Amino acid sequence: MTAIQTRDPLQIAESWMGEGRDVAIATVVETWGSAPRPVGSHLIIDADSHFEGSVSGGCVEGAVVAEAADVLEDGKPRMLEFGVADETAWEVGLSCGGRIKVYVERLG
Amino acid sequence: MDPYSLKKLNALRKERRAAILLTDLGDGRDRVIAEGDAVAGALGEAVAKAFRSGKSGTVVADGRTFFLNVHLPPPRLVMIGAVHISQVLAPMARLVGFDVHIVDPRTAFASPERFPEVRLDAEWPEDALARTPLDPYCALAALTHDSKIDDPAIRRALDAGCFYIGALGSRKTHAKRIERLTAASLSQTAIDTIRAPIGLPIGAASPAEIAVAILAEIIDALRSRGIEPRKGEAA
Repeated sequence: MTAIQTRDPLQIAESWMGEGRDVAIATVVETWGSAPRPVGSHLIIDADSHFEGSVSGGCVEGAVVAEAADVLEDGKPRMLEFGVADETAWEVGLSCGGRIKVYVERLG
Repeated sequence: MDPYSLKKLNALRKERRAAILLTDLGDGRDRVIAEGDAVAGALGEAVAKAFRSGKSGTVVADGRTFFLNVHLPPPRLVMIGAVHISQVLAPMARLVGFDVHIVDPRTAFASPERFPEVRLDAEWPEDALARTPLDPYCALAALTHDSKIDDPAIRRALDAGCFYIGALGSRKTHAKRIERLTAASLSQTAIDTIRAPIGLPIGAASPAEIAVAILAEIIDALRSRGIEPRKGEAA
């Protein structure tokens, strides 16, 4: 009997890579206040905006997926910050009141 | 991320080895550090601390900013004894996120009917644990009340550095166990790490309540493993 596990983003990233898909990896690198996902959590995104995993409770995933398209395009990593202090972030809805920093990079 | 880093990290995780993905946030370069790999200087200290605490985070070393993503193996609970307590403890531990492995050479106890969907080995601990070795991310609960079965497993757990070793039985039973282990030339320091009587003292009576007490004690051991006292606790 193994633990009840959610799908593992890093395993899925490797299998997507094996299928020849372009993959971006987003990682929570810092959190302040109440944040739904701990530091180290991953969201992986392919060029068709398919994604697995999470960097928040679903609040900012849409914005990260959109940014990942640019990362896949030019290969340059980006640091994104979301929080209540940021008007745009409020719109995408990190409504728990926390702030998070998400690093988005291309695999390969 | 370097595809080589991803493959190496996934391979180490599959082998139940602790690893850190180290990313230089300045230039985006990354590498994988396995537990035990030598890392020099200030970064080395941060890496060692991260392995101990299991906490991922950002560190500044030698004028560069690094992100350390710590991947510790999922904790595994190995129960020696396919007993009534194990029947309740197995699904509880699984809900909490543990892999579960039950070993009991007595086939009347270790029957798949009593343990549906459980990783169950109806053999002696020496054999089962030789095939599936214990490691520092394993907890061992010795639950048979039979020293022929429990003792060899406890000794293996001590050798492997399991983060938790608990043994069922009264204080009197445990005193006899200590005598046997001392006679087998185990050190007092090692013997002192065995939790007995097993479980947090919550007045547990039924097998299910005892399972709660054991699981709570295991979580306590896991979360205080090699780190500073938790918030709100005295040193």
